[in-house]
Amino acid sequence: MPEIIDSHKIATRALTKEATFRAEKLEPRRVRTEEMLLNMGPQHPSTHGVLRLEVVLDGELVVDVRPHIGYLHRCFEKHTESMTYPQVMPYVDRTDYLASMSSGHGFALAVERMMGIEVPEKVEYIRVLFLELQRIASHLVAIGAYGLDIGAFTPFLYCFELRERIIEMFERTCGARFLYNYMWVGGLSHDLHPTVPELCREFLKESRKAHKEIVDLLTFNKIFVERTGNVGILPADVAIAGGASGPVLRGSGVKWDLRRDDPYSIYDRFDFDIPVGTGLVGAVGDAWDRNWVRVCEWEESMNIIEQVLDTYPYEDTTNVQAAIPKRIKPPAGEIYSRTETPRGEQGYYVVSRDGINPWRVKQRSPAFCNLSLLPHISRGCLVGDLIAIIGSLDFVLGEVDR
Amino acid sequence: MTTPEIRDILLENFDGKIGDYHEFAKSEYQKRYGSYIDVADKEWLRDVCLFLRDDDRLQFNSLLCLSTLDNNDSTLSVVYHLESTILRHVLAMKVTVPVTETEVPSITDVWPHANWHEREGWDMMGIRFVGHPDHRRILLEEDYPGHPLRKDFREPTFYHGMKVPY
Repeated sequence: MPEIIDSHKIATRALTKEATFRAEKLEPRRVRTEEMLLNMGPQHPSTHGVLRLEVVLDGELVVDVRPHIGYLHRCFEKHTESMTYPQVMPYVDRTDYLASMSSGHGFALAVERMMGIEVPEKVEYIRVLFLELQRIASHLVAIGAYGLDIGAFTPFLYCFELRERIIEMFERTCGARFLYNYMWVGGLSHDLHPTVPELCREFLKESRKAHKEIVDLLTFNKIFVERTGNVGILPADVAIAGGASGPVLRGSGVKWDLRRDDPYSIYDRFDFDIPVGTGLVGAVGDAWDRNWVRVCEWEESMNIIEQVLDTYPYEDTTNVQAAIPKRIKPPAGEIYSRTETPRGEQGYYVVSRDGINPWRVKQRSPAFCNLSLLPHISRGCLVGDLIAIIGSLDFVLGEVDR
Repeated sequence: MTTPEIRDILLENFDGKIGDYHEFAKSEYQKRYGSYIDVADKEWLRDVCLFLRDDDRLQFNSLLCLSTLDNNDSTLSVVYHLESTILRHVLAMKVTVPVTETEVPSITDVWPHANWHEREGWDMMGIRFVGHPDHRRILLEEDYPGHPLRKDFREPTFYHGMKVPY
């Protein structure tokens, strides 16, 4: 009967299989290993938000990483199509929520460039001042949280204490601590609060002290260096072709900063350096270099703020809303406008069809592009190093998912 | 190099494959970053991209952004913003396809940066990028009905048995 023959065959096959398995087991060199699939996130503190990583592991070695994003998708681009241009601003703030000033400024600038608006000089000064303060605030979170990822808890608190001072200045000026809606098309929502310049000078003093402290305490800490040096090396050509920008690109040794290479606002008036990764503790483009670029940029931003405070037109009484058009309606056309936010190049592709709503807005978010490089740089590293690599990319999921 | 000059170089090599030049110049910046050229024959897109990347006069080593666009006249567009970090020039190209036949060659092998942007283009606008190594949705679920950024998109009344809006 066919069934019996079949089952007999299966039984013999199973027997031989077991025999070979046993033989393999006896020979240590042929130990059967199996790749394991590990899900990291979406609710994992080290993934800095709702990011899910599907990690293929061989023992403790990472074979492949597949990022799954979209858990924080809030249809920003679709929303903009039914909003007027000023109404878009609060939405833009919520994309990169750790640097709302920068993302808001990017969109305001895009619309200004489409309409050909020249904003008053005073507004430009306030903008640069706040953009640089925001850059420091964002980098402080990045540096502090990176220490936290690696296991250094205390620097995180120092960073947040300092960031609080920046937020205080923002709050005094525009009333909000986190999501400001401050940069408007053609101007600002409020004039600079009279106490801010003084607070700012005090902040700079504290900040310079804290910078030295953080560098000594965290950046050159032996454990920190061991954990991040030579980890997640991103070569410069891969970084450029892969669309990396900001500290991730500069960490790979590429001197590219839109504030210098495609100047906007009044950045061409200030003197500042563009720090790049040099492989101080390992190879060029490792996780430590990316973090080091942020630490150096913090100092450069302080230099810019100092210059802004020295040259700020204190006597100027121009209304910061003077250049805001009555009707914000860019002529038909399109633009790709880009600015350098703390995370890198933030671009807005805006298409106008001569209406009060944008026809299409696409945000090229730097974190999205930087995150797409994660699989390239984490293949072959250890699971623990994966955490160090994720932290060094410093992405904000609000901006990745939009 | 300005966009019309780049177009002239392209015309020398791809006669009949490159379309018109569209200029928007409300500001100097918009003239540089808003003006674009059409790619008339999409089958040549990959060759054009390879030429743009490898030609010594152009050297477009970086893809800045890849966007998709619904023109509301039964056509969809893909817009490529390119930059040469060596020669410091930029270029915007546009490929337009009818909504009934939304296939565009993938350029992921030319600039790896295009990978996620093309997935987003498929997810949001329903443009199929032929030759993409990992052609899945990226922000929405795999079984989401429709492509939300199209102008004729209507929200489904029910999704997974849940009423929308809830």
